[in-house]
Amino acid sequence: MRAYWSFFKIRFINGLQYRAAAYAGIVTQLAWGFMYIMLYHSFYRSNPSASNMNISELSSYIWLQQSLLALFMTWFLDNDIFESISNGNVAYEVCRPLDVYNMWFAKSCATRVSKAVLRCFPILIIASFLPETYKFSMTSSIYSFILFLISVILGTIVVVGYSMLIYIFTFFTISSMGVRMTMVMIADFFAGGLVPLPLLPEYLTKYIYFSPFAAMQNTPFRIYTGGIPSNEAISSIILQLFWAVILILVGKLIMSKAMKKVIVQGG
Amino acid sequence: MRLYFKYFSIHLRSAMEYKTSFVLTAIGQGMTTVFSFLCMYFLFDRFGNIEGYTFNQVLLCFSTIFISFALAECFARGFDRFSTIISNGEFDRIMLRPRNEIIQVLGSKIEFSRIGRLIQAIFIFIYGITTCNVGWTLGKIFTLTLMIIGGVFLFFSLFMIYATICFYTIEGLEFMNVFTDGGREIAQYPLNIYSDWVLKFFTFIIPLAFVNYYPYLYLIDRVNENKVLYMISPVCAILFIVPAYVLWKIGVRHYKSIGS
Repeated sequence: MRAYWSFFKIRFINGLQYRAAAYAGIVTQLAWGFMYIMLYHSFYRSNPSASNMNISELSSYIWLQQSLLALFMTWFLDNDIFESISNGNVAYEVCRPLDVYNMWFAKSCATRVSKAVLRCFPILIIASFLPETYKFSMTSSIYSFILFLISVILGTIVVVGYSMLIYIFTFFTISSMGVRMTMVMIADFFAGGLVPLPLLPEYLTKYIYFSPFAAMQNTPFRIYTGGIPSNEAISSIILQLFWAVILILVGKLIMSKAMKKVIVQGG
Repeated sequence: MRLYFKYFSIHLRSAMEYKTSFVLTAIGQGMTTVFSFLCMYFLFDRFGNIEGYTFNQVLLCFSTIFISFALAECFARGFDRFSTIISNGEFDRIMLRPRNEIIQVLGSKIEFSRIGRLIQAIFIFIYGITTCNVGWTLGKIFTLTLMIIGGVFLFFSLFMIYATICFYTIEGLEFMNVFTDGGREIAQYPLNIYSDWVLKFFTFIIPLAFVNYYPYLYLIDRVNENKVLYMISPVCAILFIVPAYVLWKIGVRHYKSIGS
């Protein structure tokens, strides 16, 4: 466990070094956030009664999404891992007396957390000074804030568990681009990365809510904005836990299969 | 130009060596378009209209921008990896050859898998055209063609400016994505649904509004006077290549090798 913790720490500190990239990221995310909110504003103006999410709830949702992008977007993948699989360096990793799955898991978590830590506070602070319906508002109670924090952690684990599957499938395909893009796009859509889930039609969301995708960003953000009331929050958090465990178990299983017949490319 | 086609055929042949991977990547790329389309569909399903525009009208807007973006991206991806070209000293080699440096940069990478996006964009485009209830006249077809050409030029220029900035920063700037990818996202809808300053920004600073807003108004019969001006407005977007080219030239002159 200590070994994995130090992998986490190394990666985390490493990630904190890229400040300039973080500033650029902050500006970019603010711009995207504005763009989406303006878009939804015009939809809401055109038909105010159609939505089951009120406009300030939506704005908070968008700002959370933009500031925690690095945690929840499946396309933040670690290129080093893909490279090590396709150029054969993975052989070195396998030789170490460590579990490759756990190591990569720790590294991926660290990269995501360090990126998110650098970016989220400036964005949220700026966003909370915006005019009324655009602004990032506080959550209703301390209790739901605590639930939100727990749910963020679980959501991150689900996301990393899912992206581990993407890495592992690379063992079987060599050129990972196709599988990678498909899996990323599916997750992006069903997790509410493109359009918040409540705005999708009901005949879809009633299934999506039980999927691992909804356990990614949907649950924490909607606990925060009040879309999931505190009494239902507990059950969604348990669902997140369930998916986190399942994804990790499946990942480990396929990983051990892949390791048995791993062909190291080149030398 | 002959040189570019040479590059083109080399890249095409190398992509075809790995057919399965090529097909999978193309499908993966195309999913972006499909999911953007679905999102738009579901949003209209819920809200009905946006500022009086119907789904099929907006679809026309959406597909012209996606087609021109996909085309521009197919050819101008070389600019995208320009930061690598600069930082590994490859640009020195490019400068030494007695050929136009832009063509060499473009030739360094041609992404055929973007064709997946292009194909899907074309499908949506055809769907959009057939369902948008526009009475197609010769003038409108002309305007539509001009819109797509204008869009290709505009995105091409943006990619070029993106590369030019690398002369100064060595690193690529994530921020520029706001104008390329962001421009594509924002222009999926007619620009007047956003705040006023957005429309002004995309008229006077980056002429995106000339690709898909002013001529688009003519297409859906929302203009009554000065029709010709609206028709030929995409020309402004085409002209955007001039400042982009000038910036590039300044950048090349400024270029100091980073050594390696």
